[in-house]
Amino acid sequence: MAKIVTDVVCPFCGTLCDDLEVALDDSGEKILEVYNACAIGATKFLHSQAEDRLTRPRMKQEDGSWKDVTYDEAVEYTAKMLVDAKKPLMYGWSSTSCSAQSIGSELGEEVGACMDNTATVCHGSTLIAVQDVGVPSATLGEIANRADRVVFWGCNPAHAHPRHMSRYSIFPRGFFTGKGSKSRKMVVVDPRKTDTAKMADIHLQLEQGRDYELLSAIRIAIRGEKLPETVAGIPAKTIKEVADTLKSGRFSVIFFGMGVTHSLGKNHNIDIAIAVTRDLNDYTKAAIIPMRGHYNVTGSGQVWGWQFGYPFCLDLSRGFPRYNPGDSSSNDLLIRDEVDAVFTLGSDPGAHFPVGSVKKIAQLPSVCIDPHITPTSAVSKLHVPVAFVGVEVGGCAYRMDNVPIETRKVVEPPEGMLTDEEFLAKVLDRVKKIKGVA
Amino acid sequence: MADYIIRNGFVFDPILGINGDIMDVAVKDGKIVDAGDVTKATEIDASGMTVMAAGVDVHAHVAGPKVNVGRNFRPEDKLFSCSPRSGIKRMEAGFSVPTTIRTGYLYARMGFGFSMEAAMPPLYARHTHEEIVDTPIIDQGALPVFGNNWFVLEYIKENEVENTAAYIAWLLAQTKGYGVKCVNPGGTESWGWGMNCETVDDVVPYFDVTPRQIVDGLIAANEMLGLPHCMHVHGNSLGEPGNYGVTLDTLKIAEGHKPNNEFGRESVLHHTHLQFHCYGGESYASKSFESKSKEVMEYVNSTDNITFDLGVVTLDETTTMTADGPFEFHLSHMNNLKWANTDVELETAAGVVPFIYNPKTFIAGAQWAIGLELGLLIKDPMKAYITTDAPNAGPLMRYPRVYKWLMSAKARDDMLDNVLKYGDSVRERCYIGELDREISLYELAMMTRAGPAKTLGLSHMFGSLKAGLEGDVVVYPYNPESDTDDPEKIEYAFGNCNTLLKGGELIVKDGEVVSNGKQKRTFWVNAKTNENPVVERDISEKFKRYYTVTQNNYAVEGHHYVPNPYVIEVDATK
Ligand code: SF4
Repeated sequence: MAKIVTDVVCPFCGTLCDDLEVALDDSGEKILEVYNACAIGATKFLHSQAEDRLTRPRMKQEDGSWKDVTYDEAVEYTAKMLVDAKKPLMYGWSSTSCSAQSIGSELGEEVGACMDNTATVCHGSTLIAVQDVGVPSATLGEIANRADRVVFWGCNPAHAHPRHMSRYSIFPRGFFTGKGSKSRKMVVVDPRKTDTAKMADIHLQLEQGRDYELLSAIRIAIRGEKLPETVAGIPAKTIKEVADTLKSGRFSVIFFGMGVTHSLGKNHNIDIAIAVTRDLNDYTKAAIIPMRGHYNVTGSGQVWGWQFGYPFCLDLSRGFPRYNPGDSSSNDLLIRDEVDAVFTLGSDPGAHFPVGSVKKIAQLPSVCIDPHITPTSAVSKLHVPVAFVGVEVGGCAYRMDNVPIETRKVVEPPEGMLTDEEFLAKVLDRVKKIKGVA
Repeated sequence: MADYIIRNGFVFDPILGINGDIMDVAVKDGKIVDAGDVTKATEIDASGMTVMAAGVDVHAHVAGPKVNVGRNFRPEDKLFSCSPRSGIKRMEAGFSVPTTIRTGYLYARMGFGFSMEAAMPPLYARHTHEEIVDTPIIDQGALPVFGNNWFVLEYIKENEVENTAAYIAWLLAQTKGYGVKCVNPGGTESWGWGMNCETVDDVVPYFDVTPRQIVDGLIAANEMLGLPHCMHVHGNSLGEPGNYGVTLDTLKIAEGHKPNNEFGRESVLHHTHLQFHCYGGESYASKSFESKSKEVMEYVNSTDNITFDLGVVTLDETTTMTADGPFEFHLSHMNNLKWANTDVELETAAGVVPFIYNPKTFIAGAQWAIGLELGLLIKDPMKAYITTDAPNAGPLMRYPRVYKWLMSAKARDDMLDNVLKYGDSVRERCYIGELDREISLYELAMMTRAGPAKTLGLSHMFGSLKAGLEGDVVVYPYNPESDTDDPEKIEYAFGNCNTLLKGGELIVKDGEVVSNGKQKRTFWVNAKTNENPVVERDISEKFKRYYTVTQNNYAVEGHHYVPNPYVIEVDATK
């Protein structure tokens, strides 16, 4: 009889589905099947059980080959690297638990690190926009229960957040939305005809990079002012129709993704998207929610918020927190040769940073903490595999709407493996000893 | 743990009736003991200084999701207010919304031992607890919000007090919460549709229930359970000119309710930041704005079962934050600054807006005056607690400044004459000009420790130097005999204590924070009720259909979120 673990939380994307069921074999050690998850989520669980998974740290040799080392040796290298560095970069923090992030903060504080998370290359512009104009928002349950107008802007949940539409935004029958998708109008703004766009009642196929103009035009239309014949390739009539649709709803929501956070205009796009939302609140009820990627990138911004006052791009090198995106952001630091060691945990800059930055990581003393073999682990000097958070160890994570959920432990990690939290605690301990503060 | 004896201070303890006597205070094994009961104690010389039990904050917003929105969306709040690490001290940052680390140190420097986080959205309880864990030194609790919760609205509409009580008990256990908070009853649910409830008789859309019924039902349920703290309300129409009538209507709901508890609490309703609820006039623009503090205080002074806190405006730039979502929306339209809002499914909402209380405007001056008037008009200071509704009316670090204004008529006159641009109009349209009362140190001890401890149901632990209470003692560098010439000395002393013992541990020594504290606790209330299958079924139904987390993923589990709990058990099964 397989054992079924219920209420399992998916540690993959910011949708943070918490209704997964995992079937284990008789011994309770092997995951047989993952129910309710989307394909990406299920794969993450199954991947933790790959036969060829690394279970011990390994150091890169002079000739490029890898040599297994003990966790103690890995702790020693990491601690020494951080203490010796004048300004280490500690990057990532998006695929791990808040308690690990919290120990990481103390470590970063101790060694005077620059600390950054993956927002730096995704919703960092959103965080900046929120600092400019605020953010009228709601939890995803408010959307499920009330929203009758749903906009997806520059995002493609059908592929990137596969269960978002079914759990929260389009299909659920909520308290005041008893007809599910039939009680909702769906608008998609995307230059491509994505699988999400194909489902929309209205697809605004705008010209690439013209988000700001289109949002501006919608603001004008909401106020009933005159528009030019077309804006961003969209006829005025269609823009008015969208504005009226949003105004006439009882509850409108805008979800937005990297298609708009990192296209031309960046944080200014989000500024005006928030302004549209704010304007709509004068007529009806409206909210805006970023589609956050990693399952706990949001949590990383929260933890740093309460510990240091800023959600990303933290520079702790002077002994107090400073924040200056564009200056204290990872890629800027790497490209300007301002950091002299790189510590990565819970993300994969090797796969997502510009090649110039990745080359810098390869040149510097570097440690990658990650259960997987990744492009980052490949260019780092030391690779420390750890237990999977949300599969082999629990811990808090924040959903894209900032709702914290405790991920669950489903199976034991391979024998002798450390968790992120344990590894960080050991490094912190060692750093304190080296510096003589413990 | 070392024992301590604090020698020769001027001791103020209204519970013991000690009013400035020079005596010794001793702490042994973390608790207060008679001075004769310690033998090998570390001596602390408090001669020429003021000694009190550590402060107890009845209402502040220092941990949780909206506080963190305030931090993260206001980098400018950290511009001139970061302190580097030094010694055992970690980095500190933030003025109106300090980081958790700074919050702990601030309280310690002001001589506080306990703080109640005044509004916890249940779905975000984990977040609140994570921040509490990362706030050093002080003990804390958090009040979940109930006034717009769908379960509560539905039970109260049907007059089902018992079910309301059973649900409250369940939610306290789920969220590790301390008591019943109610913010803009009914109005915040209406805000789900962009609307509001402005009086106690406005009807909540769909739910068909009024704020009057909600407040009444929550008081009844609170007393049915016998919780340590009374129902804690932030009434309707906060900040609206002319709202004092709504305030009186809200307070009067307490009539006919009797306290039922084993904690020595005498009130059934605590009205928070009353300053924002004592306004006369028709609008801000009409110049008709005026103080109605006297009218409200006449009622409060004639009633036994109500307590309140002041919510004094400190005339700073600050960050407002409240579960009163519609209020923050209106505020954002007044000042056109940035606005954050979060509506929370089935439960509540919250808004955050930066605000500048500009002493060059009449309204800010009047608000400043009204808050102080409440403290000066109170007959029994055990019922009135000094707060700034931090950070709404002013940052936490301004408490000592508020004490100065309450304790010194000279300091108030200086404000009216030299700082406020419209000091004369403030004198005319508020009562502050008539009030020459100066709050004594004895009364201050009532308003900042003995009183709040009592209304929170914690007087068996905090608020006094009685033997057996927690070893929370503070020494302020203020000589009540010789330092009375200069009001600035009050502000300095209460912001920079000389010594703080927290649970018998030395936290502040000679004015310096010397420890991050080893035993910080989270207080929560576990109320046992009889089995209630109706409520159990309702809960599982709502989770299946309307929540976005499963019921099994809702509870705040102990380990990481409440690693050092202090559980107050209440038996409501009889
Ligand atoms: S949508 Fe995201 S959180 Fe949900 S199962 Fe798929 S990957 Fe996991």
